[in-house]
Amino acid sequence: MAEDTLVRVEHLAKKFCRDLKTSLWYGVQDLGAEFVGKKKEEDIQLRNKEFWAVRDINFELKRGECLGLIGRNGAGKSTLLKMLNGLIKPDKGRIEMYGRIGALIELGSGFNPILTGRENIYNNGSVLGLNKKEIDGLLEEIIDFSEMEKFIDTPVQYYSSGMKVRLGFSVAAHMKPDVLILDEVLAVGDSGFKIKSFNKINEIMRDAAVIFVSHSMPHIANITNKVLLMENGVVDYYGENITDGIERYFGLFAGDKERVEYNEFATIEDMKVYASAKYADDPSRKLPAIDYRDPIRIDLDLKLKPNVEWFHIKLQITDKDLKIVGIYDSFQFQEAIKNDRDLHHLKITIPNSIFIDGEYSITVFIQQRDPINSKWNLLAVYRYWRKFNMKASAGLGYVPAVVYLPGQCEVV
Amino acid sequence: MSELEKRVYTSQSNVQHPWKMIKDMLQDIKRGQDLAKRLTIRDIKALYRQSFLGVLWAFIIPIANTLTWILLNASGIIKLGESTSLPYPIYVFTGTMIWAMFLESMQSPINLTTQNKSVLAKVNFPREAIIMSAVYQSLFNASIKTVILVIALAFLGYFGGYTLLLFPLAMLSMVLIGTTIGLMLTPISTLYTDISKGLPLIMQFLMYTAPVIYAIPKEGRMADVIRANPLTPLIETARSWLTGSMGDFLPEFFIINAINLLLLAFMFVAYRLALPILIERMNA
Repeated sequence: MAEDTLVRVEHLAKKFCRDLKTSLWYGVQDLGAEFVGKKKEEDIQLRNKEFWAVRDINFELKRGECLGLIGRNGAGKSTLLKMLNGLIKPDKGRIEMYGRIGALIELGSGFNPILTGRENIYNNGSVLGLNKKEIDGLLEEIIDFSEMEKFIDTPVQYYSSGMKVRLGFSVAAHMKPDVLILDEVLAVGDSGFKIKSFNKINEIMRDAAVIFVSHSMPHIANITNKVLLMENGVVDYYGENITDGIERYFGLFAGDKERVEYNEFATIEDMKVYASAKYADDPSRKLPAIDYRDPIRIDLDLKLKPNVEWFHIKLQITDKDLKIVGIYDSFQFQEAIKNDRDLHHLKITIPNSIFIDGEYSITVFIQQRDPINSKWNLLAVYRYWRKFNMKASAGLGYVPAVVYLPGQCEVV
Repeated sequence: MSELEKRVYTSQSNVQHPWKMIKDMLQDIKRGQDLAKRLTIRDIKALYRQSFLGVLWAFIIPIANTLTWILLNASGIIKLGESTSLPYPIYVFTGTMIWAMFLESMQSPINLTTQNKSVLAKVNFPREAIIMSAVYQSLFNASIKTVILVIALAFLGYFGGYTLLLFPLAMLSMVLIGTTIGLMLTPISTLYTDISKGLPLIMQFLMYTAPVIYAIPKEGRMADVIRANPLTPLIETARSWLTGSMGDFLPEFFIINAINLLLLAFMFVAYRLALPILIERMNA
């Protein structure tokens, strides 16, 4: 039973219309075509003002697999899910789904606000094809898992968004689905419930196929064993190498483009990040590559306005998620540098870099501490000014961490 | 483990596999029963929860209409043709109540589809539950009207007698024909608000082509129009059964009902076909 394919998607495509009035008119035409029943797939073409929201998607999912669906906002992920759930029809291609399908497309959407949590459990259950007796048997388990005993007889309209997610997820997860479709809904739950939910998904995965949309790469890395990266409606990456998929996803963001944010009192004339010796002569690498536990060495050439007397350097290292993963501040280690020359050549060494693999950017702050009130004044900010690559793991793949802690394990 | 249910979604219209479609639909109707009941109870509760007069609204409007027409007729401002065997107030009161049953049943599927837009767009459930719930709700509303009608008529000395037992059948046929017409309008009215805006106007006009507020004239163009209206036999029969006669339209009554049942079955299929397309466009 473990090997059967539960979801098969072939050449799936869907078009949308940009303009409301036109879209409504196309709707009328589509209704007509649907009733007449004559439609040839080859004939389907974009009409005026239409575009492909999803184009040529192919994948298969077996029992026991979890597909992580990733991509930027508007890449077509939700459209794909809606087609998988049978809410809207494909324009091209084919979807085959087997067994009972549980879907959590939008927060609490399956709930009827006027009814109580308990009544809604029965509603959702009957929608999913369970009879009253079966639901009776699951009821306690569902309420227990959601930790909502106190509010189960309160109308759902008084629930907070987190409470709705708790109940929604509990229902979907306990209906013993063969296919479970989860749009980015768990993001709303608190961390305790998130951890619980992911454990539950892992448990469900043993007997089901799971399709999971998330913008949280650590979650994707933790629970999926296949990723499908969508960009502008098409597949950018599909495969079992989660690390590759996630790397490509981060690569889609141009948000970490270097820029001068502020340079009123100081300017960077030149800056260089050195690669580890091993990669130093490799011209094929666009970015300097640094090995795990090698030093990060930086050369920085600065010019400061004559009225600046003393200054400090702060480096901020961000990963591709734009998360700050490290700060170096010269203030912590030494006296301020005196502005006594025209051009400063600085050599900065961070002795032991233990970041995980990936691309990193360095933002440079040049600042000055007011001797009287101890406040910091910014002289210049160079955002994401240089990048480097970490080469850290020996095959650990993407890990939901910031650093690999060095350590030793001895048998004593 | 039992055979897994297989679902296939393609761009092709399900019309191409009519037997499979009908089989799926019957299965969904069965599956949707429970949900339809729940939806009905919810909506009826919600309807009266925030209303002081509650059920009374079911006949406040027909009575107001009745009084208007009685006044207009009595004052001679409008000459409403020759009288029937019934006194005019009884005629117009039964007429407006029966017409209201039809009108509400017609609006019910349209309103319910719009109301449940967001659930329809996000959860896959047997769509037929919406139609069934619309029928249940219309039947509930029509039953309240019937009770009020019977009591009011008895009070006025027009107790229908044994033909009253037949009236539920007439009531059901008003509800079902209303549902059929409502379902025909639902797809377009989900896309364009023009339908729901223009509907009251059209229905007003339609009412004058049916024996609601005046009796069918003996001759003339209007007589032809009213006789051609398929609603005429239904309304006339319903009124006759309420007031204790069998009426002159029995054969037509049954023929129209038979045709309507066929049409209704057809509209069930159409609704099922139309919804995915509507959901895509209605952007809930």
